[in-house]
Amino acid sequence: MSQVELVGINKRFGETTVIADVNLTIAPGEFCVFIGPSGCGKSTLLRIIAGLEAPSSGELRIDGVRVNEMEPAKRDIAMVFQSYALYPHMTVFENMAFGLRHLHLPKGEIDQRIEVAAQALNLATMLQRKPIALSGGQRQRVAIGRAIVRKPKVFLFDEPLSNLDAALRVKTRVEIAKLHRSLDGVSMVYVTHDQVEAMTLADKIVLLRPLAGNPDLPSVAQVGHPLELYHHPANRFVAAFIGSPSMNFIEGAISEVTAHDVTVNVAGQTLAAAVEGQGLQVGAKATLGIRPEHVLVGKAGLTGTVAHMEHLGEHAYVHLDTALSPQPLIAKTQLDALKLGERVQFSLPATAMHLFDANGQAMRRQQQEPLAA
Amino acid sequence: MSTAREPVSVIGKQRRRQAWWLVLPTLLVLAATAGWPLARTIWFSLTDAQLQDLSARQFVGLANYIGEGGILRDGEWWHAVGNTLLFSVSTVFLETLIGLGVALLLNTPSRVQGLLRAAVLVPWAIPTVVSAKMWSWMLHDQFGIINAILVGLHLVDRGLAFTADPHLAFPTIIMVDVWKTTPFMALLILAALQMVPGDCYEAARVDGVPRWRVFRYITLPLIMPGILVAMIFRSLDALRVFDVIYVMTSNSHVTKSMSVYVREQLIDFQQVGYGSAAATLLFFIIALCTTLYMGLTRPRLDADR
Ligand SMILES: Nc1ncnc2c1ncn2[C@@H]1O[C@H](COP(=O)(O)OP(=O)(O)O)[C@@H](O)[C@H]1O
Ligand SMILES: [Mg+2]
Repeated sequence: MSQVELVGINKRFGETTVIADVNLTIAPGEFCVFIGPSGCGKSTLLRIIAGLEAPSSGELRIDGVRVNEMEPAKRDIAMVFQSYALYPHMTVFENMAFGLRHLHLPKGEIDQRIEVAAQALNLATMLQRKPIALSGGQRQRVAIGRAIVRKPKVFLFDEPLSNLDAALRVKTRVEIAKLHRSLDGVSMVYVTHDQVEAMTLADKIVLLRPLAGNPDLPSVAQVGHPLELYHHPANRFVAAFIGSPSMNFIEGAISEVTAHDVTVNVAGQTLAAAVEGQGLQVGAKATLGIRPEHVLVGKAGLTGTVAHMEHLGEHAYVHLDTALSPQPLIAKTQLDALKLGERVQFSLPATAMHLFDANGQAMRRQQQEPLAA
Repeated sequence: MSTAREPVSVIGKQRRRQAWWLVLPTLLVLAATAGWPLARTIWFSLTDAQLQDLSARQFVGLANYIGEGGILRDGEWWHAVGNTLLFSVSTVFLETLIGLGVALLLNTPSRVQGLLRAAVLVPWAIPTVVSAKMWSWMLHDQFGIINAILVGLHLVDRGLAFTADPHLAFPTIIMVDVWKTTPFMALLILAALQMVPGDCYEAARVDGVPRWRVFRYITLPLIMPGILVAMIFRSLDALRVFDVIYVMTSNSHVTKSMSVYVREQLIDFQQVGYGSAAATLLFFIIALCTTLYMGLTRPRLDADR
């Protein structure tokens, strides 16, 4: 049981700020996922927690104790590297044993721990092999095994699945979730750029954004339960990043603010969003957002022309050219028979609409989506 | 690898043929520049040729080797063999140790790293004849700077005759060779060090493995193949040692190496036949040492590659 706290963490490499003002608490036993586009500093933040990088400012606490100056080894963490970082000249067994040998454990303890881990990870038959004789998935499991045998309080994973093929990724994802459940009270911090991994594994998602030379922006775009980020994105960056295909955005100007909705004028039409409108000025610029799965294709209201179809079997995505926005509106539909060039009716239900002010901040939605337990 | 016994496919045959074509030019050049002189030397070694008139020679069989006055019965030759082996073992050993230390220092990131790497190479870049002469002057018993310093510090009463004193000549030669060749070792080992994946060190650091264990169980095994190859190169060089010894202690019996012995026979005594026999023996001794060394270190060179 260990609580990890990051307080006002900043990290600069030379002149470039990579991490700005991260405040975060990772509760004991929590599965926390860092996600964000490539280069936004996920690995750097993880390495700061590990102690492989020092923060430029701010404090890192484990169980309430400042650990900024503490050697990685003393932090009771184990890290699984993106590249696996296996020792090429050692067998699987030695790879797992090497991090324990200097601890002077009681006799037989090392063998016993490795046996348990090897059983759990299906590695028992390949303990005497060297990494070069293993497949990517097996190496991956050795890397996880090497972390498990140390019995740490916090596991750090840096994109552990990124080098695996799609099928193996799904399988290993499930195994990691099971591993987390079986290790009672052990926290995991998991870095990925894959939102499916983030959505399926996380108790808590930390969405990081690239600073792009703007160090006043805090690195964390939003922290919360996966469904909270999905249903109630705090800003446009989060809304665009979470969900695939991405949310549709429609630029417009506020035409009316009432107690239960905000009406936006878009290309001569008015669209309503069921959001709280405090602070919005009539006439101000705003952006509406709606996810492809919430667009109701076939329902009367608005019209568009089919520009492209993507058939995925169980459903399809239709790209509609509309007067609302220059880029096509993407909608999920069961109507497989739509033809290119066909005119289609659709509607954008107000309760599913998101609204972002001129600064990209989301307005609070009236409808609170239930979060899965 | 277990590919050796697999049936050779058409593609395999083609590849093999292509490989032969690719190495053919090298083989031809080697045959012309190394094979021919070697064959000629071996042929001369079976005659009584003299330097003045190479054509007036007679075939004498193995007389130059095992005859009455043959090399194998010459104590001076065996003395030279002993000297050469002692020189090779001690210089290669010292150069490897010091080279490893220097490489480890150069491998730690620092602002002057690039400069240091270049600076370290200077001794290696100086021709041996020049550096040997330079050291001869620095070590001169009356005017040399080293002796001036030693006397100045009252470590010795009188200048030491580094190159003339029979007790000092050999260590001096070794010292100069180590000074000159350690950079080469260091650079080869540095290249091996930089091949060690950095994340292995980070993994060990997160696991709290003590530094010396990291060095002993990660660094050393991973750079060993590199070190062994570097040692082969150096051993081949050291077994042929000539210039340092010839320049610094030209006629000294104490430091005479096999190559110096060969030169003496060929040039000073004009005995081309006898000298060629010595050169041939030198060749076989080097070949033998190399084969033994490769045989012994083979498993380590192949490991994990
Ligand atoms: N040691 C370093 N020196 C300088 N810049 C670095 C260093 N490590 C990372 N960076 C920079 O910091 C940014 C974030 O890197 P990283 O944390 O690896 O991103 P991510 O893991 O999210 O892809 C990148 O722009 C990268 O170039
Ligand atoms: Mg990364």
